[in-house]
Amino acid sequence: MASPGTLSRADRRHKWSVKLSPFGFISPYFLIFGIFGLFPLLYTAFVSLQKRNLLDADAATFIGFGNYERLLLHDPYFWNAMGNTVSLWLMTTIPQILFALGIAHLLNRRLRGRTLFRMGMILPNITSVAAVTIIFAQLFGRDFGLVNWVLSWFGAGEVDWQAGTASSHTAIAAMVVWRWTGYHALIFLASMQAIPSTMYEAATLDGANGWQQFWRITVPLLRPQIIFSTVIATTGNMRLLAEPLLFNPGTAAATGGSDRQFQTAALYLYEQGFTKYDFGYSSAIALVLAVVTMLVAGLSYLVTRRIQTD
Amino acid sequence: MTTVLTPPTTTPGRTRRIVRRVTSPWTYAGLIAILAGSAFPVYWSLVVSSQTNEAVGSVPPVLLPGGHLFENIARVFDETDFALALGNSLIVAGTITVSVVLFSTLAGFAFAKMRFRGRTALLLVVVATQAIPTELGVVPLYMMMADLGWAGQLQAVIVPGLVTAFGVFYMRQYFEHALPLELLEAGRMDGCGPLRLFWHVALPTARPAAAVLGLFTFMQAWNDFFWPLVVLVPENPTVQTALSTLASGYTTDYTLVLTAATIGTIPVLVVFLLFGRQIVGGIMQGALKG
Repeated sequence: MASPGTLSRADRRHKWSVKLSPFGFISPYFLIFGIFGLFPLLYTAFVSLQKRNLLDADAATFIGFGNYERLLLHDPYFWNAMGNTVSLWLMTTIPQILFALGIAHLLNRRLRGRTLFRMGMILPNITSVAAVTIIFAQLFGRDFGLVNWVLSWFGAGEVDWQAGTASSHTAIAAMVVWRWTGYHALIFLASMQAIPSTMYEAATLDGANGWQQFWRITVPLLRPQIIFSTVIATTGNMRLLAEPLLFNPGTAAATGGSDRQFQTAALYLYEQGFTKYDFGYSSAIALVLAVVTMLVAGLSYLVTRRIQTD
Repeated sequence: MTTVLTPPTTTPGRTRRIVRRVTSPWTYAGLIAILAGSAFPVYWSLVVSSQTNEAVGSVPPVLLPGGHLFENIARVFDETDFALALGNSLIVAGTITVSVVLFSTLAGFAFAKMRFRGRTALLLVVVATQAIPTELGVVPLYMMMADLGWAGQLQAVIVPGLVTAFGVFYMRQYFEHALPLELLEAGRMDGCGPLRLFWHVALPTARPAAAVLGLFTFMQAWNDFFWPLVVLVPENPTVQTALSTLASGYTTDYTLVLTAATIGTIPVLVVFLLFGRQIVGGIMQGALKG
């Protein structure tokens, strides 16, 4: 046996294994993420400074901020896409949060079949974006679409949803709101259930009606969840791509409509990168979009933070 | 009056049940309407799947299922590569799910229960990377795949999906609360090394959380659209990219496309019907993002 103070070979091996194994346990994550997640992310910045075409890889040249100059100063399509992105962000995020609050409020009562209702709310969220968009494109069809058929009862049935800016944005917003409202409603519901009923009893005694209680008690107490949901919805809705791509499939798919009526910034990134193979330019769009998304997410954080807490 | 305002002495749920007014029929009417709205597009895609194209292109539109469902399903498999797409999606989503669950559990266990240098900083990196949109890196990632000769092949979709920051963080949170240190200590006294400790003590404890993580990972991998669209070719599709190819034909065969969409939704729908309660529970904990 080893003398006191020194370790046997087996003990030493054990000590090393205890010391090193945590790194062994976390290394698969960091290895794979580092190579296929982090590296491409950082490399985007470098590619965005190049004139680089997939079909002519050897001719990649460093052009500094040339892509950015072209993008920000000389490209009306980019600004069109950015405008559509912001418009769709507003038309999706605000209704999502408001509807979700209302639905959560309804779900927060004594209910028979609670599980059924809750599962029903989340059903849209589990269906794939491709399937959803194809289904909605059919519903919003011009000639045989269900939406136009219903509208025709009110004497307004001939909307060509894909053709106009406002109409196409409405249709795309409808599918995004449909898909995500239930998800946010469940998050709100979870916190609503933690609000002690004594708060409502006290308010009732003070003469507050249901509407006042909702806006003065429920909504302020849900502030952290509203902030969370708004920021999550913002980062998701600022990079809509599948919806506009599949809303009007065919030759005009990547341009988001014949006249770019509903081309989002993410779709423009796709068009430049993967139909025109202009990788440098596409990377520049990716970076600008990421920066704008962070700014808009910050803005929505600041706005939702101002919800009154008495 | 003061009695009403004293804090509840029984469990909160019970107190609430006594105090709340009876739910009005209007609440039910509203909720049923919302439920119908949630389910309608999925229902309607099933309706179209069971009709002929002539019936679909009529006014007023058909609202009830017809008798052509199996005929349309046969058409999807005869006229398109949808069988290949289904197989590909199963391989992709299956591999990603197993890998994410395994690596997340490993890393989550290390972060929650082991001491090592740089632990806090590394965990912070994991949390921070959760916020980064993957779309940002698609161009270089595509270049890497092209260099590796993987473009158009399934491993191009699988390999980047093998780990997620979310999974690591989720499992770490679970271990933090669910795995008592005494249990680990007992394992150590019995002479378990780190790996056996993980395998025989941590992994069994992690089962419920690993199941929820697995469900969500599978659904996300199955539904993923953008990256497969970029890196795969139409000849070797997943379900989602096959749908996009079908939908972008020059003459759109609506019943064919919507039948394929319906078939492609069935696997997640089955998972959802079996585990809907856990999925809803996971979302209501605020821990899971769709």
